[in-house]
Order: sequence, then C-alpha cells, then structure tokens
Amino acid sequence: MTFLYLLAIFILSCFIGYFVVRGVTPALHSPLMSVSNAISGIVIIGALLTASYVRVPMAEFLSLAAIFLAAVNVFGGFAVSQRMLSLFKKREKK
Amino acid sequence: MMQGEELFLLYLAAGCLFILAIRGLASPQTARSGNVLGIIGMALSVGATVWFLPLFHYGAVLAAICAGGIVGTISALKVKMTALPQMIAAFNGLGGLASALIGLAEILQATSYGFEASVGLVVGGLAFSGSLVAFAKLQGGLSSFGQFRYQNVFNGLITLALIGLWAVFLNGEGLAAAVWLLLVTLIWGAAVTLPVGGADMPIVIAILNACSGWAAAGIGFSLANTVLIMTGAIVGASGTILALIMTKAMNRSFREVLFKGGHAAGQSVITGQKSAKAGDPRDAAFILENAAKVIIVPGFGMAAAQAQYAVQAMAAILRDKYGVEVKFAIHPVAGRMPGHMNVLLAEADVSYDDVFELEDINREFATADAAYVIGANDITNPAAKTDKSSPLYGMPVLDVKKAKTVFFVKRSLNPGYSGADNPLFYADNTIMLYGDAKVVTEEVVQALEQS
Repeated sequence: MTFLYLLAIFILSCFIGYFVVRGVTPALHSPLMSVSNAISGIVIIGALLTASYVRVPMAEFLSLAAIFLAAVNVFGGFAVSQRMLSLFKKREKK
Repeated sequence: MMQGEELFLLYLAAGCLFILAIRGLASPQTARSGNVLGIIGMALSVGATVWFLPLFHYGAVLAAICAGGIVGTISALKVKMTALPQMIAAFNGLGGLASALIGLAEILQATSYGFEASVGLVVGGLAFSGSLVAFAKLQGGLSSFGQFRYQNVFNGLITLALIGLWAVFLNGEGLAAAVWLLLVTLIWGAAVTLPVGGADMPIVIAILNACSGWAAAGIGFSLANTVLIMTGAIVGASGTILALIMTKAMNRSFREVLFKGGHAAGQSVITGQKSAKAGDPRDAAFILENAAKVIIVPGFGMAAAQAQYAVQAMAAILRDKYGVEVKFAIHPVAGRMPGHMNVLLAEADVSYDDVFELEDINREFATADAAYVIGANDITNPAAKTDKSSPLYGMPVLDVKKAKTVFFVKRSLNPGYSGADNPLFYADNTIMLYGDAKVVTEEVVQALEQS
C-alpha cells in the first residue's frame, strides 16, 4: 500500500511539474534550471535520513559527503538564481 | 520508517512552496519573490527533518552543510554569466552524485528495497559523469575531444553491461554488485555524453538536469519520503520539458543528439562563385541611424566575443539619439543553455521588454528596416524552410531575410555548426561586417556618436 500511495504522489507531482514549467516564460529558462538545481538539493533530506540511522561507518561517511554536495546545490542554486533574476529589469520610462 | 503526520504536513507545505517558486518564473516581476519562497521551502524541510529525527552527529552534519553552503555560495557569486552553462552542468552533476552516494549508503545498510535505491544510484551516477563530460566540453571550448571509432559499438556494449549488472544486483547480489553497477554507470554516462556536439549542449544540460531530479525521486521512493518524491518529480519534469522544447527548436530528436553527434561536416556545400557584399561599420551606422525599426539577433558568438555591452550601447544610442525602435530577437537555442542569451542581455542592461522570443517577433522582420545579426548563423538560415537537402531543414528560423537590410557581423563566410552554407550571406540586401563582434559593434557605436 505504501508504495502505491507514494506512486500516486509521484505521478500527480509530474503533472503539476509539467503544467507549472509550461507556464515559465522562455526568457527565464536559465533561472528555471538554476532554481531546479537548488530544489533538487532536496536530496539533502535523504542524506540526513541515512545519516540518522547509521550502522555502518562507511555509510555515515557517504551520507555526510552527500549532505555536503547537496548543500552546494542548495546554496549555489538559490544564490545564482537570485543573482540572475536581479539582472532582469524593466526599461525606466523617460 | 514512515514519517509522522507533523513531518508529512511540513513536507507538503515545502512541496507547495517549491511549486510556487517555479510558478514565479512565469514573469520577471514575480520571479524574485518566487525564489525566496523556494528558499523558505528548503529551510522548512531541512529544519523539520532535523527537528523530528534523532541525528547522531549534529556537529558533523552541521559542518557538512556549512562547508557545502560556503562552496556553493562563493562559486555562485563569482561565476561569470557567460560561464553559467558550466556551472549549471556542475550543479547537476553534484546533485546526481549526492543521490548516488545516498543510494550506496542505503544499500550498505540494507535499509531499503533494492530497486528504488538502485534507481537513485544509476540515474544519479549518470547525471554525475554525464555532467562531468558536459562541464569539460563547455569549459574547454567544446570540440577538444569527442567521438572515437566504434563509439556506437562501445556504447552498445556498455549499455548491455549496465543492464546485466542491474539484473544481477536486483537478484540480491548486494554490495559488490552495487559498486560495480555504479562504476559501469559512471562510464556509461560519460560514453553517451562524449559524442554530443557544441550546439546540442542546451539539450544535454536539460536532460542531465532532469536526471538529477529523477534520481532524487528514486531516493524518495527508497526512503518513503514524500518531499523527495514531489520535488524530484517536479525537477525531472522541468528538465524533460526543457529538453523537448530545445529538440523541437532544433528539429532534432533525442536519438540524433545522443547517437549521431554533430551533423556530418561533409554536408557543407561550398559554392565558390557566389559573392557576398562586404561593408564597413560606417555604412552600417548610416543605415541604422536612418532606420525606423532595427531588430538585433544575437547568438553565442556575441557572448564569446563579450560584445553584449557594445550591442547594448548601440541599441541605446540608436534609440535615444536617433529615435529608432530597437528590438532583440532570441532563438530558443541561441547560446549554450536554454535562456542563456536573455541572461547575458539582461546583464548588459538590456531591459527584458525589448527582448522577444522567436514566435513573438518573427512577423516583425518584414516591417524592419534593418536586422543586425551578431554571432549567429544557423538560426537565420532560410534554407531551413526551403531546401530539403539542408541539414537544417525543418528547424524554425528567424525570418531575418525579410528585413530591408541585413547586417551580418562575422569573422568569415564559414558555415555555422550545422555545416550548412547560409544563402543569406549572398542575398542582395545583405551586408557582411567582417571582424570581431565586439570590435565591429564598437566601431558602429563610434560612427553613431560622431555623426
């Protein structure tokens, strides 16, 4: 049952993702990629979970490495998105 | 290891915030607040996880987050906007590697069903090694290495090896098989990315972007974690849609991009006797200042020559001093990643309401007095509409030739990436401005200032 329930969440999320991304203006496709970079850093949660029930030292090392990598993604992704988006300006009316 | 109800609700809220973050990108006005919502969503999900979970080593976890945060923030603040594609490629790779490591950690601890964790392992590994190759290609000027003989045979064999190993792993062979599976996946990811040519890079980056999302979703299934599944699915869908938009804009298929590499160079038709008219920047300035409407068509060559500031200066002086209507036309595959040109123009202070996408501006070329094509070639090639033998046939192109006068800023008459000769060079209303994109445009600006 759990699997089917997760599958339902997955499939519905795919549809939401499809329609939301379709609505993104092509001018912002680069920031779209960096924002999705940032939020794909959500795997940090997975790494926190594997780090929380460590039984094997090697697994703890792998989890910490994954936390580090995902954190690079999260911080770097949001920072570069913010930088890019701050460049987009309207023309000042003279 | 089902998550509790409180955690479930917090994850749901975070998922909604991520959707709103992407929704914000529908327009430049809402994009920045969207990004902030994304940051809140991330803080919420990490905070909730740490709050509800018994972590063993808070110190080590905190150190890893801080170290990653510092590395990520510094590289994001230092990267040049022309080098964005490399950075996105690198981030895709890191995300993929993170998923692969988590998958390995799960298999080590035997906490998850094999299949779900192995999805994270394989898709994440693919995103990592593929991105590594993409990064090297983008960084190293793209054509330094690429195809080798029997590549398709090699790729076929390695794909078979991957499928075989995966089957062995799923049969319950455990850790050793998982490590081998990861190794073969890494080779496989590099092998399929190697033959991809420069102009196909936007597609590859989008596919790798999608992979980093699908990998996260796979990890989500193996850990029964809802926020990972939601977010992974959204990122996966995003990258997949971008890749589809790009392939459509180039009239290519995934199969062609991945297996054929660049278009065969032999297809280029060098027709010796046709002559192209050359002009100098002063002539160009004279025609441009007397125009009512000018459309500028930038390509990656503009970014490579760092000419975007000169182009903006030219647009500004035409608009302010001569009252010319100036617009920018962007082809979906101009640049090295989706939307790259828009960011580069925005950085040079071109306001976004002067920048138009292909379908919004294509009709206006007929009413434009001049088109100024800088660092672009294939995306203006009229043969894509008329010549069935052209490698570009079927690709949507900018109707530059309909403008009264067309200026091409180019170093030579060499064909573009597709290898197809551009008949527009020899058209009666085309004037070639030979030289470096930046130097030529600066000379035009000078002439405009003087007269």
